[in-house]
Amino acid sequence: MSTPVANHTKPRTVLELEVNNHPGVMSHVCGLFSRRAFNVEGILCMPIGDGRRSRIYLLVNEDERLQNMVKQLYKLEDVLEVAQHDPDHRVFAQLEEYFRE
Amino acid sequence: MQLSGAEIIVKLLERQGVTQVSGIPGGANLPLYDALKTSSIRHILARHEQGAGFIAQGMARASGRTSVCFATSGPGVTNLLTAIADARLDSIPIIAITGQVPLSMIGTDAFQEIDTYGLTLPVTKHNYLVRSVEELLTVIPKAFQLAASGRPGPVAIDVPKDLQFKKIEVTEWPEPGGRLPAKGADDAVIDQMVDIINQSKRPMFYIGGGIIHAGAAETVRRIAEKASIPTTSTLMGLGAIPSNHPLFMGMLGMHAARYTNMALDECDLLIAAGVRFDDRATGKVAQFCSHARIIHIDIDPSELGKIKMPFVGVEGDVGKVLAAAEDRIKAVDRSEWLNRICELKTAHPLLMPGADDPMSPYGLVLQAAATAEPDAIITTDVGQHQMWVAQSFPFSYPRQLLTSGGLGTMGFGLPAAIGAGLAYPNRQIICFTGDGSLLMNIQELATAVEEGVNIKVVVMNNSHLGLVRQQQELFYGARFSASRFHAEPDFAAVARGFGVEAVDLGTASNPRSALKKAFEFRGPCLINVPIPAEEKVFPMVPPGAANRDMIGGENHVDTRR
Repeated sequence: MSTPVANHTKPRTVLELEVNNHPGVMSHVCGLFSRRAFNVEGILCMPIGDGRRSRIYLLVNEDERLQNMVKQLYKLEDVLEVAQHDPDHRVFAQLEEYFRE
Repeated sequence: MQLSGAEIIVKLLERQGVTQVSGIPGGANLPLYDALKTSSIRHILARHEQGAGFIAQGMARASGRTSVCFATSGPGVTNLLTAIADARLDSIPIIAITGQVPLSMIGTDAFQEIDTYGLTLPVTKHNYLVRSVEELLTVIPKAFQLAASGRPGPVAIDVPKDLQFKKIEVTEWPEPGGRLPAKGADDAVIDQMVDIINQSKRPMFYIGGGIIHAGAAETVRRIAEKASIPTTSTLMGLGAIPSNHPLFMGMLGMHAARYTNMALDECDLLIAAGVRFDDRATGKVAQFCSHARIIHIDIDPSELGKIKMPFVGVEGDVGKVLAAAEDRIKAVDRSEWLNRICELKTAHPLLMPGADDPMSPYGLVLQAAATAEPDAIITTDVGQHQMWVAQSFPFSYPRQLLTSGGLGTMGFGLPAAIGAGLAYPNRQIICFTGDGSLLMNIQELATAVEEGVNIKVVVMNNSHLGLVRQQQELFYGARFSASRFHAEPDFAAVARGFGVEAVDLGTASNPRSALKKAFEFRGPCLINVPIPAEEKVFPMVPPGAANRDMIGGENHVDTRR
């Protein structure tokens, strides 16, 4: 099966975040990337458990700033955990059919 | 007990030990001001929300305690933003509590509605839009904890007006929020760091604002003395080591003494403590301390390797880390290195032309320093005067200098001085400013009169945006574009119009005694000092150049025109 990264030249990675679930969290996370002109290629977010927390998956370019971005993510009060996965993580691969032109 | 959201906020602030709050009331925070009326908290009415924010900053910077300011929705918030952003860049703990339109009207473009949450998000350490009265009981103490813990910073709390009115039953109060115990570092990392320090032949300390926040100035001084480590400081770290200390080398970077930047080029170890490798300090990063290994100690892990990859990165409170290392750091004989520093200093010292003339920039700063009370607090605005003060004022203890470092906000000096004066009513506050900077928040002279703070506003008046003019002269072929003020206000007359005492050294028969008299006056006083527009801050590293490529300030050339 092809992965969402197969067609792109830049290496990518998938970040998995566990966050407090409230309306401002997505702004905090996305703002962290956008104000550093760091492109987020894909975003997925759904509540988990009783809905007090959410899980966010981000598909981002793997560049030299990424490790610092992860440290910056940890500084956000509402970000509880950050994990880094291979670009072929299933979460985006399985979504591919919804993103065909 | 049934209490409204506004009453709960005020009660929680009282429980936090807040005694003074700066701000301006407006439609969306009127309930808060109604609750404040019966509180023990003193309110300082600023004349512009940016002034309110900088007054809070002045209190926080001078005392180290988290300070609070209030603003209403819409323009109240947008006016406040600069002061919040400034606090973010310099890691200053302030809490901004802003009114918002009622919850039901959010998103309707209601009168004075603005997306405060969205606007404050990138310029705060954390921010809240409160959505229930109950939340206030957790949000307020948590805000105080966040502002003061780890790397300090500003927190914004936006409170819709209907929640300020709404009453709930409060049976129990939460514990006040405060600074969480700071983390040290692993013993193994400290050992590694100590080994490298002990082995180094030509170490240098590079210290910054983190040393002040951590209360680590004494520890740095002891280690520097024990191990013979010459020490340079960023703008934010000035005062941590007394300026007359034999190991102190003044500021580094763009306006450092020549010998300081040259020594950094020769050191074999840079101990970067509570600093963030700001471009004004490092110059061209690739050539900064190119012969040195770097030990970087910082409480914020994202600073380690952000600009320059350290040989050893130590995450932790710089005070705790250095205290843990102190006993293990050996008293190594480094006389060869100290002699070399001495040689550099003799050949390339900081030159202060006009040091004896109180009507020239350096001379004025030195005369003011000699005239000031020993425990005076110094604030500056931003520009040439700020750098002249940073280079030449004999700072001798932490929190003596309050200045806008990271954001470089003109307009900071006067309201910050008012805040410092409110925090320490018995101390003299001296605000060095320029004519450009002062005009950006001059309305706060009214606040100064109202509060009767003992501030001395020293205006280095060259009728220019001096540092802009300097850059245009040096780097833009002397094409002076929009840096000259053709209308020249009579600042002494303007000050008197506000009810502020004023003197103009330009027309004084004896400037020295006029300055002394002005400083002896108790209460707000403005001292206007005409400065030739051609005066420059030297040396100067051109923006983007390496620190070794300094312009001006050579020993063999008289840079004074």
